[in-house]
Amino acid sequence: MSLTLDPATTRIPDASATGYLVEDLSVTFPGSTAPTVQGVSLALAPGRCLALVGESGSGKSVTARTLVGLTGAGASVRARRLELDGRDLSGLRDRQWRGIRGQRVGFVLQDALVSLDPLRPVGREIEEALRLHGWGDRAARRRKVIDLLSAVGVPEPELRAKQRPDELSGGLRQRALIASALALSPGVIIADEPTTALDVTVQAQVLDLLEAAKRRGAALLLISHDLAVVSRLADDIAVMRDGRIVEQGTAREVLSAPSHEYTRALIDAVPSAHTRGSRLAPHVPIVVHEPGPGERRDPRGGPVLAAEGLVKRFPGPGRTSRTAVDGVSFSLAPGETLGIVGESGSGKSTVARMALALTEPDAGRVLLHGQPWTEASRGIRRPLRREITAVYQDPLSSFDPRWTVERIIADSVAAPTRERSARVDELLDWVGLPRGVRERHPLTLSGGQRQRVAIARALAPRPSVMVLDEAVSALDVSIQAQVLDLLGALQQQLGVSYLFISHDLGVVHHVSDRVLVMKDGRVVEHGDADTVFTAPQQPYTQQLVASLPRLERSAPSKGTA
Amino acid sequence: MTGSAVDEQPLKRRVGNGVLPRVLGRLASAVLVLFAAASATFFAQALLPGDRATLLLNQRTGQTEARSDEELAPIRAEYGFDDPILVQYADYLGGLLSGRLGVSYQMHQPVEALIAEQIPATLLLTVTALAVAWVLTLVWTIATTRRSSRIDAIGSGVETVAAGLPPYWLGVILLVVFALGLGWFPVIGGSEAARLVLPALTLGIPLAGFMGQATRAAFERALEQPFVTSARMRGMSDLGVRVRHVLRHAALPGITLSGWALGSLISGAVIVETIFARPGIGRVLVSAVNSRDLPVVGGIVIVVALVYVVVNLLVDLAYSGVDPRLATE
Amino acid sequence: MTATAAPPLSRTRRTPSPTLLLSLLVVAFFLAAAIIPGVLATHDPLQFDLVAALQSPSLSHLAGTDEAGRDLYSRIIFGTRESLSIGLGATALSLAIALVLGVAAGLGGRVVDAIVSRSLDVLFAFPMLLVALLFVAAFGPSPATLVLAVGIGTAPGYARMIRGQVLAVCTSPYVEAAHAVGHSSWRVLRQHIVPNAVRPLVAVATLSIGQSIVWASGLSFLGLGVAPPSPEWGALLDAGRAYMTHAWWLEVLPGLAIVLLALAVTTIGRHLQQRLEGHRA
Repeated sequence: MSLTLDPATTRIPDASATGYLVEDLSVTFPGSTAPTVQGVSLALAPGRCLALVGESGSGKSVTARTLVGLTGAGASVRARRLELDGRDLSGLRDRQWRGIRGQRVGFVLQDALVSLDPLRPVGREIEEALRLHGWGDRAARRRKVIDLLSAVGVPEPELRAKQRPDELSGGLRQRALIASALALSPGVIIADEPTTALDVTVQAQVLDLLEAAKRRGAALLLISHDLAVVSRLADDIAVMRDGRIVEQGTAREVLSAPSHEYTRALIDAVPSAHTRGSRLAPHVPIVVHEPGPGERRDPRGGPVLAAEGLVKRFPGPGRTSRTAVDGVSFSLAPGETLGIVGESGSGKSTVARMALALTEPDAGRVLLHGQPWTEASRGIRRPLRREITAVYQDPLSSFDPRWTVERIIADSVAAPTRERSARVDELLDWVGLPRGVRERHPLTLSGGQRQRVAIARALAPRPSVMVLDEAVSALDVSIQAQVLDLLGALQQQLGVSYLFISHDLGVVHHVSDRVLVMKDGRVVEHGDADTVFTAPQQPYTQQLVASLPRLERSAPSKGTA
Repeated sequence: MTGSAVDEQPLKRRVGNGVLPRVLGRLASAVLVLFAAASATFFAQALLPGDRATLLLNQRTGQTEARSDEELAPIRAEYGFDDPILVQYADYLGGLLSGRLGVSYQMHQPVEALIAEQIPATLLLTVTALAVAWVLTLVWTIATTRRSSRIDAIGSGVETVAAGLPPYWLGVILLVVFALGLGWFPVIGGSEAARLVLPALTLGIPLAGFMGQATRAAFERALEQPFVTSARMRGMSDLGVRVRHVLRHAALPGITLSGWALGSLISGAVIVETIFARPGIGRVLVSAVNSRDLPVVGGIVIVVALVYVVVNLLVDLAYSGVDPRLATE
Repeated sequence: MTATAAPPLSRTRRTPSPTLLLSLLVVAFFLAAAIIPGVLATHDPLQFDLVAALQSPSLSHLAGTDEAGRDLYSRIIFGTRESLSIGLGATALSLAIALVLGVAAGLGGRVVDAIVSRSLDVLFAFPMLLVALLFVAAFGPSPATLVLAVGIGTAPGYARMIRGQVLAVCTSPYVEAAHAVGHSSWRVLRQHIVPNAVRPLVAVATLSIGQSIVWASGLSFLGLGVAPPSPEWGALLDAGRAYMTHAWWLEVLPGLAIVLLALAVTTIGRHLQQRLEGHRA
């Protein structure tokens, strides 16, 4: 990836640009008793990157928006000092703020598919940034747009400028979004989760661009929930929780010698090669229950699930068809976890649906306990379905909206009505939910609790295989850690096999015994998880692994490269 | 949780791949609609209880009595009532293809001539009302949506009330207040423009309320989109964001509704033309229904279906203009 | 994208808004008027009193009198039953048709869906009032025709909505999850699809009653529904039209009854809709 921020089009910020200086910033929204942001102090200097890290609800995005005067309607903002390039920002009028936004401070949001107007060509969005601040005439702005697009590494910029975000690939449109934020060479760049929802390869390109801007002298404020992403770019890190900064220091200090327990827990919670076989959230207890008679699956015997040459095509535009899955084979042993990893559109979720016999393969077949599964008739399949269950990314949509937790779980229990109630209690114990949630509607539960209900439901029919399709992807990292720990403990106790599907290489490496790497519907590499991730053979896997931001760990427990 | 781009290869522009089939599909369904309209009106006339020749003769003479076959025979011959039903059906459809809609029982005059004479006034009224509704909707939505909780509540409250106003009542109120009470507009007479104001408002205000509800919902959704935040972060003003970005997204449901709306405006025109004593096909329709002049009723139904079909093709074009994603999908 | 923070434990129960209370009050009043008009009326609605003809509203005649000196308020009260019956009848008919078509299209597979959807597209080409007028032209004006005309005229819109609802529920992850557990199609239909698809209908039905009353009265107003000696609201409007220039109340007040009832019913329907949606989102 050639990164040429052309000096002709990107001016180095002048000497008066000294960045942000914030002291004791507090933000309170109307109707809430506690401040959303409290006592936040930070300094953002030219040529440096400060990362603001925290989980959802920590107040990091509110802090970022406050820096450009877009906190939100009715919010009360207080600060001892709030300065940009030495200028006091308190009490600015909207018009004055508008002069700062885009010109002095460029703001990059996540996924350009939604952060650029989907109805307009990307070129016009970039031109808008110039026009709003009275930059040049129309013709000059047009030329500048082309220059900016080529500066962020977009090939054929004249053509791309006329296209809409949905006509561009993920990488190109994210570059266009960055070009619109950098159009006027602002001295400060604020990037709010700029890589969230992007594939790892695109993520790496975006981080490279931001890094290049930093090297040219911009002050960069990077907001993220992802410590690994942050560790690649940040010079300084501030960790936020419940509206406060709990720890702040150089990236090296914070990552290698965290002083606050929350920072430590956050670092420990990131799944990766190093965390295999260990708990991610050791401070959160898991109550382990002895399985009843017949509860534990026999670890011996042949594969519980086997796929042979699966092919699936979907109708494409016109009369064409798109091959979503092309010749995928695998087998899953009792008590084993097989990870399937791939970027969006790689066909991994279609494989999951075929494994569950919810989608008919166009060719190939799936065997369950050595018996025909996808090829069997519906009548034969139905009683067997309790052998293979699933947990999805969004548990809420997979629950009937009218039902309580009790009914959701009981519905999947294969037992006489009398015994169901006791079984529901048992399942709630296993997944670590208080029995009090029985009468609740899932809507009133937190994301992690909902996912535990989904796991309880999946366990209810005593399956031998569970398909986990991006089951932890939507969770905050600390909640994700707890759910992954729970899944690990359940597997140990019950001997259930997991087909674990995720786009997140770290998570897959953490949980899997063996992995399949998928691209464009094909398996490009498969094998033992450690081998595939530490010594990938195929160029695509190598690229994938290289793109993955890694966290430099404090305690190198295992001496891996 | 990953972006939806399938791969890193830039997607080629897919123009032309789906446009032609879509247009053909539209035309096919338009033809289907017109065919169904024609069939429905024909069979409604042919298969109704009662003898058509008797009905026709009684209507012309203003009497209600049983007629002898001698009296009815010439009429049956003239209108072809003696032919087998399928022959009549074929004749009717054939007549439609050459622009004939039958002959009015009551006025003994070709229906197409009757409609051609009356429809310009109705179209003027409905198109003006649609324009009024759009202007009211856009101004009202931009001005009130998500301004403050109070303004927003007033905005949507007014919309709900406006959408619930029956045109026959609103028309009377406007007439009583502005024409009879304040005398701002002529009750009868006056210039064409002055006569148009109250009827157009009568039709436009409830429609604006209705479209406003859909537009407001879309406007709120669009305001929450990240691209709006992006635009603000570029230094755009609130009004700029509303007009240049959000409005385009918010207008989409209104555009979709416009095709349907013109139909409902023609319904409303029936009532409004009666209240304000305006000429137009609405009044022709009411008197035709009253006297059971089925060819006229049927002819108007077909013409309205034709208008609907044409307007919806236009709406489709307008939609692709505002949302270019459709043209390339 | 990260999960949202844990929502509060208790389900929030908001106090009903003043608009909602007012709407419930209005509906209660008109229901009472429909059931026990004699209690609410102040005069005999048929009593002629030519001396008191065309009086404007006063304490003795709350809504004034008509050209024959009959008390308009009492006539409106006594007209409630017929107006409401026509509205309810039309709604019942409309939803029954819509339910059959919508469920058939939603569950009947590709061919049935295509046929029903195409037919609905065709019906949409005819504005509701036009369909109704076609019926009146064919069968002559009467309350029964009115129910038939308005019921059939409003059915396509609801049919399309129900179809969408059924399809949305059928393709929802929770229905798939139920299939994946191994439940029979019949059990899934009974446990998930029918209850979830029918639930929003409560709100739709409520909204539809208001619309039906408005349209049915509109037809009567044109002289194509219930004929004037009757105190049905549309008929009152029709009768008052001749005196509009000097007795505004004859047009304005019966219309106000229609608007009030329709708005109240709509408000309640919206509220139901929001509650049902709030349950999901």
